[in-house]
This record gives sequence, C-alpha cells and structure tokens, in this order.
Amino acid sequence: MNAVIELEEAYDRYKDDPTFNAELTDLLNNYANRPSLLYFAKNMTRDLGGAKVYLKREDLNHTGAHKINNALGQALLAKYMGKTRLIAETGAGQHGVATATVAALLGMECVVYMGVKDMERQALNVYRMRLLGAEVRGVSSGTGTLKDAVSEAMREWTSRIDDTHYLIGSTMGPHPFPMIVRDFQAVISREARAQILEAEGRLPDAVIACVGGGSNAMGSFYHFIPDEDVRLIGCEAAGRGIDTKETAATIETGRVGIFHGMKSYFCQDEYGQIAPVYSISAGLDYPGVGPEHAMLHDTGRAEYVGITDDEAVDAFEYLSRQEGVIPAIESAHAVAYAMKLAPTMDKDQIIIVTLSGRGDKDVAAIARYRGEDLHD
Amino acid sequence: MTSIKDAFTAADGSRKKAFVPFITCGDSSLDVTEEALLAMQRAGADLIELGIPFSDPTAEGPVIQEANIRALSGGVTTDSIFAMVERVRGRGLTVPLVFMTYANVVFGYGTERFAANAAKAGVQGVILPDVPFEEKAEFSEPLAAEGLELVSLIAPTSHERVRSIAREAQGFVYCVSSLGVTGVRSKITTDIAGMVELVREASSIPVAVGFGISTPEQAARMAAVSDGAIVGSAIVRIVAEHGEGCVPYVEEYVRSMAEAVHSA
Repeated sequence: MNAVIELEEAYDRYKDDPTFNAELTDLLNNYANRPSLLYFAKNMTRDLGGAKVYLKREDLNHTGAHKINNALGQALLAKYMGKTRLIAETGAGQHGVATATVAALLGMECVVYMGVKDMERQALNVYRMRLLGAEVRGVSSGTGTLKDAVSEAMREWTSRIDDTHYLIGSTMGPHPFPMIVRDFQAVISREARAQILEAEGRLPDAVIACVGGGSNAMGSFYHFIPDEDVRLIGCEAAGRGIDTKETAATIETGRVGIFHGMKSYFCQDEYGQIAPVYSISAGLDYPGVGPEHAMLHDTGRAEYVGITDDEAVDAFEYLSRQEGVIPAIESAHAVAYAMKLAPTMDKDQIIIVTLSGRGDKDVAAIARYRGEDLHD
Repeated sequence: MTSIKDAFTAADGSRKKAFVPFITCGDSSLDVTEEALLAMQRAGADLIELGIPFSDPTAEGPVIQEANIRALSGGVTTDSIFAMVERVRGRGLTVPLVFMTYANVVFGYGTERFAANAAKAGVQGVILPDVPFEEKAEFSEPLAAEGLELVSLIAPTSHERVRSIAREAQGFVYCVSSLGVTGVRSKITTDIAGMVELVREASSIPVAVGFGISTPEQAARMAAVSDGAIVGSAIVRIVAEHGEGCVPYVEEYVRSMAEAVHSA
C-alpha cells in the first residue's frame, strides 16, 4: 500500500512538471515516432460502402504497439523517483517488449513476468525481450496467462519496492495505476481528435478500440468523452462466443468484483473464484477490465461489444488484403466491429478505429488457426 | 461465546502469548480439515486461521498457492466450508476461528450474506490481505453487524500508517514479518520489536507475527517481542506431504510450536 501511495505522490509532483513533460514529449516524438498517423482507409471505406473509416496507426509506433506510450511515461516517472529496476507483466508480449525497450534506453534493469502458455504462443516476443536485455520469468501458476503474470509481478513488487517500479501495462490494478496509464495513453485521442478536425473539419461519429485491460481503448476514448455525440465502442474478446465458457468478454459476461487491487467487472463463479478466460488473442484474455471502462459502461457513455475469434481472424485477413496493413489480432477485434458498423452508416459519417498494434507477432498463430503449420 | 481476545488472555485475565496455526480448508479434504482443527486444539492452538481457498491468492507463496489449487480442484466451496465449521463446533471445537481469504471471495458471495453465514457457523473474524486499511469499511461494517472482527495487517513498509491502523484495529494486529508473500524463511531480518512498539504506542490491541515462521526457535523469538506467532506454510507443507494421513503430524508439530510460544 505504501508503494502505491508513494507512486501517487510522485505522479502528482511530476505530471505537470515542465521538465518531466518536455523529456517525455521528446521521447514520444523522437524515439517512439509520434504523433502516429490518422490514416484514411480508402479501400476499406469503399468496400464497406458506408461510413468513412480512419485508422489511428499506433501500430507504427516504435516496438509496434500503443504500449510504448505508457512504458515511456512510467519508466521516466520511475527514473525521476530514483528507481533503477522495472518489473512488468505481459500477455501477448507487446507490453513486455515495450518495457524491455524503454529499460534498455534508460539504462534500467528489467524483469518481465509472462504466463508459460503465453510464452509458447508468443515465442518471438520472448526472444525479443531477451535480446533487449530483459529477463523473462515464466509463470506457471493458475492458467499460465496474463492474470497469473499480473499476480506474480504483484508478489514480486511486495518483496522489493525500494529500487523497483512495477510498470503495469494496462488501465488496471490499484489506484493510481488506472489513472496513470490512461493519462499516458490519452495521447492517442489527443492526437486523433486534432487530426480528424484537421482532415474532416468535424468530429467522428464513432471511435472503436479493442479492450482487454483497456489501455488503448481508454487512450482512444479519453479526449472524446466530453463530445457526447461521439459513440465510444469497446470491443471485447468473445473467444468462441459470449454464450460459451471460452470467452474473455468481461463486461458482457462478468459481474462486479474486487481483484488485483481494483473494483470492476470480472469473469467469476458464484463464489467469487476468478474464472479461466479464453481468447485467440493473448493480449485480451484477462478476466477483468479497467475500472474506468466499468464506469463508462455503467453510465452508458461507452458501449461494449463482443467479437469472436472467427470474426477477429476474418478482420485480420481483411485489413491485410484491403489496405496492406496487418493488424495485431487484438486490434483486429476493433476492425471486425468497424466492418459490421460502417455499412449501417451514411457515407458522410466517420469512424475512427484504433489499430493498437501491428500483426507480425500473430502471423504464425493465424496460420495455425487456418490449419497451416508455420514455424515462428 | 468465544472471541479473538480469548486467544490472548490467560485464565486469570492477564495477557498471554498465542500460537496461531493456519490451514487451508479442504486440503486435502474437508474431513481432514475437520480432524486437523480438533487436533490443533488438543495440541494447544489458541486461535486458528482457516484459509478459504481462492483461485488467485496474490499474497501467498508457492506452498499455499498449491494448497488453494488442491482444495478448489477437490470441489470445496465457501458453503461447504461453512457447513464443516458448524459441524466441528458441534464436536467440541472451542478455540476462536478466523477466516483468511481474499476480498472477492467475500464480496462475490455477498458481504452481508458471508458475514451472516460465517457468524452462524461459529467464526469470530476475517483476514483479507488484499483489502488495505484505507478501503476496509466496505468489509468491516457488514462484518461487525454480525459480530465479526476484521483483522488488520501491518507490513515492514507500513511506517507511519502503523499507528492509524493500530488505532482502528479489531481482534489483533497481524504483523507481517517480512516483505513479500507467505512462505518459510530461514531468516527474519525485520525489526519486529520496533513494529510492535509502534502498535503499542497507539493501542493495547494484541500483535501477532506471521509470514516466514517455521521453527519453534523462530516462533519463540517472535512471540518474545510480541503477543503471538502465526504459522501457515510450514503446516500446509506437512498436509501436502502426508495428505489424508496428515493429522497426527500436524498435531505433533503444532504441539511443539505452541509449547515454544507459550514458554516465550
């Protein structure tokens, strides 16, 4: 508890500090390749025959996903706090890679916790993290996936907080983490809002992003929250369907619980035991969701929909062929919903889809899904 | 009716050192847990911590994590644990009992309903290591309505929060001996006496030390500077090793530990 109090005090001290912000902006622009493009997906728009579709290209960031935004912010904060060591959890490996990258850049020690099942699914990212100088520790407890990696990172943090910052990867965990991660990811909607006004002279009708813990979605939604005419749509991983047990659609199938330091929606049984969740995407199969999404859902400001494995894989292939852009399988969940929504809208309406990451890491898994045996 | 305070109070009303063993309910079966509870009482346990297994026990080291998995995969539920406690109370178990579990086990069951059923079964308190002091009211109030006490924990990193925690503490203060998770440790380096002193400046509530204690020598040393010692992983290890036949081994171990604590 003292660790999170210390973190909140430090964040309050530095979040509006000009030196801290100048250094962070410099890293975002000159290291991470921001601002990211807001790309008009002409082929997709023409093919779907409805609303104009824009892609917010977080996949073009250094390390290939939105995760770098938060990793840079928190690592810099940790450095200002005098910490010399970063620990992180990772699911698909994108957050682990981002943390390992930033640790290398800032000269910090780095340990990444990853479920053994995810290590198998994302072997390439495991090697990538090691290449960057991080130690990857496999977590075999529980289901061997993201939630167990979070638990293990939390256990480690309670035993070593003097020199260590827990660089949590999503808008989850105990306060102030959901707020800090949201703020560092809010750069997505800050840019997107200005970019769409520049390109179209008006706000979009809908913003769509995938939701696991919810960081790219919170970042994508944040600056549009006051714009009440902009629909905010979060796409959860429905796995094999929300009426099956093999799903990770927390908001649609879960209920309120308290776990990993937050009160939010969780997939759980009648006794409050956390349920095993499933999705083709290692980055979305977390049994909870960030508490701010729970709030946006409860107040009705945002909508949450489930996208199945099949729909996500179709969208993965569709975007690759239509636009020559291979999305991360996580982001493909958002693309899949845009494919459903755009044809129901008028041609003068606008959708922004956040492409949270690129899909190179998923190519082998998608090939396997389609029955081809491809080695990573 | 028994209360947590009884564990730290001698027959003449003076303060006594308490030995507090822990066991995970349903490891390896609820029948074994029931017999183990009676054996612990015979062996001199003053208060018993009953673990309700949770799918994701974030404060536990590998030994108790595995006990949680064993118990849950054996089909144990919160309701079957309540029934077991009620049964063993009927068989003459009089030592005070506290549940040790996680926030979502209580919240997911319905906190008011949990409190009512735990009280009815014959439990005196609850320990929730993932509920910080600052958030405790959500649990302590419904528990208090049923006469249950919510035990607060302090850690070596709690510093200035120790006094505020102690002032509002109920039952006893659970002093976490070392940073990190539960599990046997060869050495405890924290200044336990200093932490206990901070509590005593603020309150007369008993302080028991847990996390990492496994030998009678360690237990005696911890009890000498506090009001008692709590032992979990070392007992769970005996249960894991002997399975269904663990009860005599648990009894023998608890006797050696209780004697060490009582003579501290």
